[in-house]
Amino acid sequence: MTEDVRVYVEEAPGQRTEVSGPTDMGLSLMELLKASGYDIQATCGGMALCGTCHIEVLAGPALDEPSDDELAMLESLPVMSQGSRLSCQIRLTERLDGLVLRLMPQNT
Amino acid sequence: MNSISTDICIIGAGPVGLFAVFEAGLLKLRCHVVDALPQVGGQLSEIYPKKPIYDIPGFPDILAGDLVNNLMRQIEPFHPTFTLGERVEGYRKLDDGSFVVTTIDGTEINCKAIAIAGGLGSFEPRKPAIEQLDSFEQGKGVYYMVRDPETFRDQRLVIAGGGDSALDWTIFLANLAKEVTLVHRGTTFRGAADSAEKVKALHEAGKVNLVLSSNVTHVHGNGQLHSVTITANDGTATELPVDSFIPLFGLTPKLGPIEDWGLDLEDNAVKVNTLDYSTSEPGIFAIGDINTYPGKLKLILCGFHEAALMCQGAFKHIFPDKKYTLKYTTVNGVPTL
Repeated sequence: MTEDVRVYVEEAPGQRTEVSGPTDMGLSLMELLKASGYDIQATCGGMALCGTCHIEVLAGPALDEPSDDELAMLESLPVMSQGSRLSCQIRLTERLDGLVLRLMPQNT
Repeated sequence: MNSISTDICIIGAGPVGLFAVFEAGLLKLRCHVVDALPQVGGQLSEIYPKKPIYDIPGFPDILAGDLVNNLMRQIEPFHPTFTLGERVEGYRKLDDGSFVVTTIDGTEINCKAIAIAGGLGSFEPRKPAIEQLDSFEQGKGVYYMVRDPETFRDQRLVIAGGGDSALDWTIFLANLAKEVTLVHRGTTFRGAADSAEKVKALHEAGKVNLVLSSNVTHVHGNGQLHSVTITANDGTATELPVDSFIPLFGLTPKLGPIEDWGLDLEDNAVKVNTLDYSTSEPGIFAIGDINTYPGKLKLILCGFHEAALMCQGAFKHIFPDKKYTLKYTTVNGVPTL
């Protein structure tokens, strides 16, 4: 049996909430965040088409590089930071353990 | 002021709202459909028209845009009427139990039942986080969509964004405006390659200023916009005099005014009774992604099912004394209205 992976959502500076989920169900980070009660719209259902699951990775393990589609979507948003990612494009694997992120405001 | 009279006012022209027209039509109920977007199809048309959908019964795969076209064909016999490009604002209940639904542009729809099929809400422009941007809205120099291109004739414009809208309007307005500057944070465009090429060609011909790797970060003016500050990714800032600033960063859904209708809500969705998808207000129903109930699945398929049951409920609400027996289209065909 695989162990749950733990990620941390920074809701305010210094205030982090741990969320965890299984790595053997093919879930995306967006699905974990939604299932954990975070207000993520994910309008397009995880196809990197709407930008409404935009997060900023603050710390933690290195992630795979974003695909061209993900980068193009991020570039079309009004705000993008060095750590910007679409959470729907990040698979929940053991490698994510310890990741720290924050949700980007919905209008960005 | 437009005034319309119908049996059911369907709020939302997405796939579920359109299929509700069909189910209502089978019961010989007339429908008027309202949507904030200028075209039918909701998310399917706005976000992923070229993406295949695999879980529509009878279609191993179908492009989202084609599904919308098929739904429009399917409801043709019922002659629904549409108010597109107008967001529903509110409603009032009349003494006889009917409703008047009002839109932001003053259209009034008199109806006997309301079906909210608003998906995730109305699609609102995604606004960049620029201080005091809102003080230049409503005709004072900041526009989030181009309703009438003539507004911008002979003006100095700054358009921001890297998607299809930004590219398309840059191309169109280049021939109308005095000066067009396209500001994009990146170096590549998400929009159609052909449009990106056209913008580059216009730039090379001196008809469009192209400012890449930059953002509009400040707006300035006194009651009316007079300039914007463009900040490059390396921190260099330039102030540019403009008449209008048009940020085009796509649309994002908001629940909108329905949130304030006094209906029972849960997690930004309308609570319904799964018997007929009625809300806490008699005569108002909610179907598709905008509703919630135990076991809710946000699938088009489930929205279609909800539309069928909702129409039965609406029929009973409108004609409480009339007996209805279910008729199969295989036996009776599709009636017309």
